[in-house]
Amino acid sequence: MVTSSSSWARALVQISPYTFSAIGIAISIGVSVLGAAWGIYITGSSLIGAAIKAPRITSKNLISVIFCEAVAIYGVIVAIILQTKLESVPTSKMYDPESLRAGYAIFASGIIVGFANLVCGLCVGIIGSSCALSDAQNSSLFVKILVIEIFGSALGLFGVIVGIIMSAQATWPNRA
Amino acid sequence: MYGFEAMTFNIHGGYLEAIVRGYRSGLLTAADYNNLCQCETLDDIKMHLSATEYGPYLQNEPSPLHTTTIVEKCTLKLVDEYKHMLTQATEPLSSFLEYIRYGHMIDNVVLIVTGTLHERDVQELLEKCHPLGMFDSIATLAVAQNMRELYRLVLVDTPLAPYFSECITSEDLDDMNIEIMRNTLYKAYLEDFYRFCQKLGGATSEIMSDLLAFEADRRAVNITINSIGTELTRDDRRKLYSNFGLLYPYGHEELAVCEDIDQVRGAMEKYPPYQSIFSKLSYGESQMLDKAFYEEEVKRLCLAFEQQFHYAVFFAYMRLREQEIRNLMWISECVAQNQKARVHDSVVFIF
Repeated sequence: MVTSSSSWARALVQISPYTFSAIGIAISIGVSVLGAAWGIYITGSSLIGAAIKAPRITSKNLISVIFCEAVAIYGVIVAIILQTKLESVPTSKMYDPESLRAGYAIFASGIIVGFANLVCGLCVGIIGSSCALSDAQNSSLFVKILVIEIFGSALGLFGVIVGIIMSAQATWPNRA
Repeated sequence: MYGFEAMTFNIHGGYLEAIVRGYRSGLLTAADYNNLCQCETLDDIKMHLSATEYGPYLQNEPSPLHTTTIVEKCTLKLVDEYKHMLTQATEPLSSFLEYIRYGHMIDNVVLIVTGTLHERDVQELLEKCHPLGMFDSIATLAVAQNMRELYRLVLVDTPLAPYFSECITSEDLDDMNIEIMRNTLYKAYLEDFYRFCQKLGGATSEIMSDLLAFEADRRAVNITINSIGTELTRDDRRKLYSNFGLLYPYGHEELAVCEDIDQVRGAMEKYPPYQSIFSKLSYGESQMLDKAFYEEEVKRLCLAFEQQFHYAVFFAYMRLREQEIRNLMWISECVAQNQKARVHDSVVFIF
């Protein structure tokens, strides 16, 4: 709440909730795609090099790239969901606690999804690189390392679930 | 930062690391060595090798084959692979790969200088040089009379120039001085390589420190054993030891005063990793020491491949290939001279 003695609190609540929402949506898609791209290049460079000596690994190891790509798709989906939660409120109600809450909910949801997908993409990428190199040496290792990757990609899913639950609370005042 | 290299290593090094691991899978296995050891003639060896990765390099050679031809072609394969990696590398990997060659350059320089001293023909010597250690003005080495000229005429333009600062004297080159020069150069090279790896940090510096420390210690032991009974003074001997490694500094103090092999053994047995090497030899025997050291080196080199996202795999691969070429040379010589019983004396299995 606004108090006369705490200038930081006053400064924060005077920022429009739409600013926070917009930043949240941007982070959700932007940082997820960063994670996906990072993971894809880590896997891709090892895969290309290893496939020269062992061409049989190429088709199977594209699964790693697909897992990384899924991370970017999660980011897109959540960004689309979040932007449907944006509604207009009358100017008189823009700084009400209700609308601040809605703005913060969208912001938090965006950050959750963005950073969860960033680390998930990184994780799947690094494991995918090791998977390609091991598969080139010994093909029985592929399925075992794939299990690790599946656990890794669950991290992005956790982020998406919590993000969607968070954004379900984003109810703006004139609908309340 | 150690532990987070996985995030950025693949930008510049991912492709080449995958390539070097692909090359590693082409190293000869124990089954291949068993086949080769059972060959009767060099043509059998050629036939077995054409089924491995050496095939394209050996298939155009006419019979009768010489052992030197086999070794030369296998070395050619190593050089091709090295050049392929070097051309695709960026800094700092390209500097790292260049460092791997300096050891061969030093060997070539010493080979030509020694050969000139013994009145051999320069062309013949150039053919014996290791291809990885060639540089442009190498033939001019035959002209130099002492070390100062050697440096001024030829070596100041090569990457070996900074290693010469401790060795420039005006003495004439003779056998003893050339060996001292070789060891001093190699000491400076190892220390420089060690510092370079420390600067790289991360897994590279940790693994390379271990490998280079073993190399430094092995050279210290070899210098000690080779200089027992020669006129090399203790101080000179101490100057040839590198200033890093498990034996530095206390082991070096003990080795400097050793006068026979049993004293060397006594000094080395205080260090657990080397105790296991020396325990394989019975008293008074030093022929098997080389093989024991090679086995230990191969074990450590194979361990370097266990970790991903570092440069030591390149160093390890080059060394393992060189060991394989040494194995092939030994096997070919044994077969050519009909001494099949001694084949297993010196072959170090890699896998």
